[in-house]
Amino acid sequence: MKILLVDDSKTMRSIQKQVLIAIPSTEFAEAGDGVEALNVIAASGKFDLVAIDWNMPNMVGHTLVGKIRAKDRATPLIMCTTEAEKQRVVDAIKAGVNNYVVKPFTPDMLMEKVKQTLDRCAKAAA
Amino acid sequence: MQATQAKPTINPKLVVPFVNSVRNVFSTMVGVETTVERPMLKPQPVPSYDVSGIIGFSGEIVGSVVVSFQREAAIRLVESFAGVKLEPESVDFADAIGELANMIAGAAKKDLGGLANISTPNVIIGQGHQIARLKDVPCLVIPVSTAVGNFAVEVCIKQVTKAS
Repeated sequence: MKILLVDDSKTMRSIQKQVLIAIPSTEFAEAGDGVEALNVIAASGKFDLVAIDWNMPNMVGHTLVGKIRAKDRATPLIMCTTEAEKQRVVDAIKAGVNNYVVKPFTPDMLMEKVKQTLDRCAKAAA
Repeated sequence: MQATQAKPTINPKLVVPFVNSVRNVFSTMVGVETTVERPMLKPQPVPSYDVSGIIGFSGEIVGSVVVSFQREAAIRLVESFAGVKLEPESVDFADAIGELANMIAGAAKKDLGGLANISTPNVIIGQGHQIARLKDVPCLVIPVSTAVGNFAVEVCIKQVTKAS
């Protein structure tokens, strides 16, 4: 499984990796903002999951979601952010995310949300 | 006759969201128990602690939130958060402090009663630094103690009246 972690905080990406490494046969790529994420996607091809922060320099997560979805309707996208207002969640879903996890999260919360996202997308694709 | 200015008072609507977010962030992601002490208004300019993460607010709420740590507390709490000991002079240490400030401010934001945008964090490391704030907004300080040292959440924000 290939997972792309997009967050301007290297610490947060490290924490996410420490949790998600429990998924068998997982490889990680990382990006510090939306622009870098698009470059990584262009260079690396398809990912099985992209986890996206909202507040980042150069390109916010919400914009990144829109740009990914403009070319790819299938890749599972999960927003992983402190933005918890209902309007933000609605905006993210409208932009095309498949799921939403609010920081701070426990390892179990993150893993559960990721598994839920992958299951939902697999069923939708079937 | 001179008009007298009302003495600033602590707004309880600001206290509760940040108390809750501190407890939530530190219990879920740092694994350290926190004790929130009595909030107070901070006279300016008084130095914060040695390591500060700053989050700016814009939109319906403007101002800044600073999470300021004693140096040793910062080192120990970052180690618990990141899972590895980081040197305070390193970029990774500043990154971790910034992310803690981001989560504390971000988690409180939804309960403040307005839709606001928060900045990406800025981090200042240095004993005796002072942080300039909005001049007409009281600075609420929420002191927090832990087994590894103290920090404070300094809230200097105000709700902006929407134009009719």
